[in-house]
Amino acid sequence: MRTARLLALGWLFHFRMLSQSAFDGFLAILWPLFFATVAFFMFRSGHSVGGLAPVALGAAVMGVWTATSVSASSPLQRERRLGTLELLVAAPSNLATMLLSVCLATSTIGLYCIVATLIWARLLFGIHVPVAHPVSFVLGIVGIVVTIGSLGFLMAVAFVRSRRAWALGAVSEYPIWLVCGFLVPITLLPGWVRPISWLLGPTWGMRAIRAGAFGGDALPDVAMCLVLAAIYIGGGVLLLDTVLDSARKRATLSLT
Amino acid sequence: MANGPVIEARDLRRTYKTTTGVLRRKPLEVEAVRGISFAVEQGELFGLLGPNGAGKTTTIKMLITLLLPTSGEARVLGHDVVADAREVRKRIGYVFGGDRGLYERLSALDNLRYFAELYGVSGKAQRSRIDEVLELVGLKGREQERVAGFSRGMRQRLHIARGILHDPEVVFLDEPTIGVDPVGARELRTMISGLIAAGKTVLLTTHYMFEADALCDRIAVIAKGQIVGEGTPEALKAGVAEGRVTEIEVFGVGEAVVERLRGLAGVTAVAVEDRDQKQLLVVQTTGERELTAPLLAELDGIKVGRVTSREPTLEDAYVALVGTE
Repeated sequence: MRTARLLALGWLFHFRMLSQSAFDGFLAILWPLFFATVAFFMFRSGHSVGGLAPVALGAAVMGVWTATSVSASSPLQRERRLGTLELLVAAPSNLATMLLSVCLATSTIGLYCIVATLIWARLLFGIHVPVAHPVSFVLGIVGIVVTIGSLGFLMAVAFVRSRRAWALGAVSEYPIWLVCGFLVPITLLPGWVRPISWLLGPTWGMRAIRAGAFGGDALPDVAMCLVLAAIYIGGGVLLLDTVLDSARKRATLSLT
Repeated sequence: MANGPVIEARDLRRTYKTTTGVLRRKPLEVEAVRGISFAVEQGELFGLLGPNGAGKTTTIKMLITLLLPTSGEARVLGHDVVADAREVRKRIGYVFGGDRGLYERLSALDNLRYFAELYGVSGKAQRSRIDEVLELVGLKGREQERVAGFSRGMRQRLHIARGILHDPEVVFLDEPTIGVDPVGARELRTMISGLIAAGKTVLLTTHYMFEADALCDRIAVIAKGQIVGEGTPEALKAGVAEGRVTEIEVFGVGEAVVERLRGLAGVTAVAVEDRDQKQLLVVQTTGERELTAPLLAELDGIKVGRVTSREPTLEDAYVALVGTE
C-alpha cells in the first residue's frame, strides 16, 4: 500500500516537474514532429505499400521511446545535477520505487508524442489513422508507456552507479526504432535480430497499437508488454542493491 | 534509544580511487579520511571543523550511509552504517549547504510534501508537520512560491525544514551556512541551536571557527583526513592561550621564506593571508621570548609593512592545529 502510494505520488510529483520545464517542453513538442515529418517524406517518396497510417503510428511510438530513452538518463542526470540523487538514496524509502516513479513520469510525457504525431500527420499530410478497436488501441498505448517506462527504469539503475551511463540512453535511441519495428517490419530484419526484438517491450507495444488501429487481437501483445515490464522492474530491483553498493563504494552518487 | 554514544566512529578511513593523465592514465589513490575516531553523546552539538578538503564531508557521508568506509566502523544510534543502512536512514536528517538539493521548478510545499513521503511521514501527519517546520524555519507564507525564486538563505532554511520533517533523532548538518549572508547565517545558527533545544543530537561540519565556537559543545578539528584536536571550544582556546601572535604585512613573500619562519625556535605556526597587493603573515609563537627581530631578520630583502603583536584568538588555535599555510 505504501509502495503504491509512493509510486503514485512520486509519479505525480515528477510529472508536474517535467511539465513545467520550458526547455524540455519545447523539445518534446519539436522532436516527435521532426521525426514524424522525416518518416512521412521518406515513406511517401518510397510509395509505401501499406499506406502511411502505419508510419504515423510508428513515428508516434518513436517519439515515446526517444522521450524515454534519452530522457531515461536525463531524469537521473537531472537528480545528480540538482543534488537530489543523494537525498533520494539517503531516504529510508525504497529507491527502486522512487526511480520507477521518475521513469514512468518521463514515459507519460511521451504520451504527448503519440497525440502530437497523429494530429501532425492528419493536418499536414492528410493521413487518417483508423482506430478499429478503441479499447485495444488505448490498452496498447498504456502497455507501451508502461513497458517503455520500465525499460527506462532498468536503464536508470545503471545511471545510479555511473554518470557516464547517459550515453547508454543516447546510443539506444535509433537501434530501438529499427529493432522494435516502429517503421520497418521486423520480418525484414536479419533473423538473428528477431530474438532481440522479442525481448524488448516496445516491439509488443507497437504490435498492440497497430492491432488496435487496424484490427486484430491486441491483448496478447499488451500482456507481453506487461510481462516484460515486470521482468525489467524485477531485474532492476535485483540489480539496484548491487549497483547502489558499488556507487557508495566508488563515491559516484554526488558526481554531476 | 541505544545505550552509549549516539554517533560513534572508530578508526574510520576512506580512500578514493581515481586516475590522472589523459592518454596514459595512471591510477591514483587519495586518502580523504585517515583513521578518524570520535563519539557524540545524546543531545550534544558536535562540530567537525576543518579547512576545505580536510575530509569533513567525506566523514559525514560515511555516517549518513552515502559512502562506504574503506575500513573502520561507524554506528549511529547503535546501528552500523554499512550493515544497517536503512535503520540509520530512518532515524537521521541530513542537511547540506549550497544551492543544490531542491526541486527548483516546484514550490517549497511540493518539495516538503515529496520528502515527507520519502521519509515515511504518514499522510495524516504531513499537513501539520509541514506547517510546523515551515513555522520553525520562518518560511510560513512563502511555501507556495517556486524554489527557483528563493534566495540562498531561504533555500538553506528550506533545506533544514526538509531535513527535520520526519522528526529525526540525529541531524547531520554539512556546512549549512556556506554562502549565506551574515544576517541569514545568524538566523540559521539560531535555528541550529533550536534543534538542540528540541532534544536532537547534531553533528555540524563547518570551516567557520566562530560558528563552531558559537554553537558547538565540543569540536573535533580535522585536517588532511585526521583529527588534530578535540575538546570544548574553551579547551581548544586554552591550548594557545600562553602564546603570542605577530602579524607582519609583507609584499611578495615566497614559500621558502615561510618555511624558514616555521623553522625558527619558538614559532608554532605560520599562516599567509593574501590581501590585494600585499600578504599578511600570521606568526604564532610560544610567547616565551620576543621573536619580532628574528622574524624580521628572516624577511631580509622583502618589503615589510606594518608589524603588530597581539593575544591569540580561537581562530589562531584553529590555524595552529590545522597548520594552514
